[in-house]
Amino acid sequence: MAMAALRREGRRFAPLISPRPITAVRSSPIVPTHEYEGPIGVRYISTQVVRNRMKSVKNIQKITKAMKMVAASKLRAVQTKAENSRGLWQPFTALLGDLPSVDVKKNVVVTISSDKGLCGGINSTSVKISKGIYKLNSGPEKETKYVILGEKAKAQLIRDSKKDIELIITELQKNPLSYTQVSVLADEILKNVEYDALRIVFNKFHSVVSFVPTVSTVLSPEIVERESESGGKLGELDSYEVEGGETKGEILQNLAEFQFSCVMFNAVLENACSEQGARMSAMDSSSRNAGDMLDRLTLTYNRTRQASITTELIEIISGASALEG
Amino acid sequence: MLRRASMLLACRPILAARARPFSTDLPAAPSADATFTEAWTKVIPNMDPPKTPLSFMQPRPPTPSSIPSKLTVNFVLPYASELATKEVDMVIVPATTGQMGILPGHVATIAELKPGVLSVHEGSEMTKYFVSSGFVFIHANSFADIIAVEAVPLDRLDVNLVQKGLAEFTSKLSSATTDLEKAEAQIGIDVHSALNSALTG
Repeated sequence: MAMAALRREGRRFAPLISPRPITAVRSSPIVPTHEYEGPIGVRYISTQVVRNRMKSVKNIQKITKAMKMVAASKLRAVQTKAENSRGLWQPFTALLGDLPSVDVKKNVVVTISSDKGLCGGINSTSVKISKGIYKLNSGPEKETKYVILGEKAKAQLIRDSKKDIELIITELQKNPLSYTQVSVLADEILKNVEYDALRIVFNKFHSVVSFVPTVSTVLSPEIVERESESGGKLGELDSYEVEGGETKGEILQNLAEFQFSCVMFNAVLENACSEQGARMSAMDSSSRNAGDMLDRLTLTYNRTRQASITTELIEIISGASALEG
Repeated sequence: MLRRASMLLACRPILAARARPFSTDLPAAPSADATFTEAWTKVIPNMDPPKTPLSFMQPRPPTPSSIPSKLTVNFVLPYASELATKEVDMVIVPATTGQMGILPGHVATIAELKPGVLSVHEGSEMTKYFVSSGFVFIHANSFADIIAVEAVPLDRLDVNLVQKGLAEFTSKLSSATTDLEKAEAQIGIDVHSALNSALTG
């Protein structure tokens, strides 16, 4: 790119010897200066290229700083919601326990990711975990399907698992997240996808710098019955009286659907928090990098400027002394 | 100088957040599902296994041998935890089979809720909420988990709007053609008549 700019301006490119050994260690794309022969044989050293680079890096720094502030304010808004929704899934886990190692025929992996990028590695982590769960649950007579929420996971999973994707949902955060929206979503998923176990993969928000990939398992009522009859972790479920409804199965069906929508709500909120937090730290490191780059460019710029002044002085003085002596 | 000041201001909130963990997050109980982690490390050795909800929950106390004196209630909504491990004397919930009173030592039950009034009795004071619907789990160790989709204290309800809503849904039911519309109108009528009786009764 620098070469094209030079050619356009009709200048000859000749590398300067002195600054090169220092900058070559850093990054090669920096082409600090170039000399060219003026019409009268005077040599100029142009700092235009460095100045252009400095301007663009400064703009990048401003943009990433602004993005970080925006992400911080969005995080504050979603964080309170996510904190408040944490009590929602605990009663279900207290009642039905947590059986991620349950052995079922039809698994559905619900991967939650973000729509926008520039948020660090959280989406790749979610996709890797989803693929891991797929691998874990692969076997004879077993099938695993994906339900994808968010553009980023869609882009990654569509490449190699296209035939296993059942449903893709994007633009989740267009309107502020609410329980109604998520329950409609959960309804859609439950209607269209056959499942024995739903595994929801998301990033749980611990703090602004720590996001833990988590998988929550929601079992279908038939599997709950099967597990409770066979004893083990869900064995005490039989001891619970079921009030209302005609059959126990009906209540368990409602329970499974309610559990899924509650767990999804919490998962979506936590993932949104993680996304904003990851974006904050990504933009923060980006602005810090831009600042470092700007410092290095400023040093090069000053050195070049001083070298050109020195060259001019030397020429003037040597010219003057040639006239005298 | 201004840049450095703004950098300091930017850095400080991050440091503060790092030092102070989530105040509402429960301490991680070490019980993770061992079979899952083992199976994971066998198939995918390069990655850490994902965490499961069990590791984020505090384990519940086991069933005591004698009936405890107080009932511990967790009343949660999607956007808030109304009551979190609060010790009360009695809770009356609007189950689908009618108003159900829950006292300490109640048999373990799973009940679905219908729109109605939920009242929490603590000593001499009583708090009433109108809940839309949800579930209640009563565990053998006198823990009650009430999960509702929407719950409002009764003084926040407007009588006129309730009457208007009831009339609106009754007319919708009479003009409904498809089963879906009839079901929706019926739900509206149920909720509004429950609201009505909650406010008057």
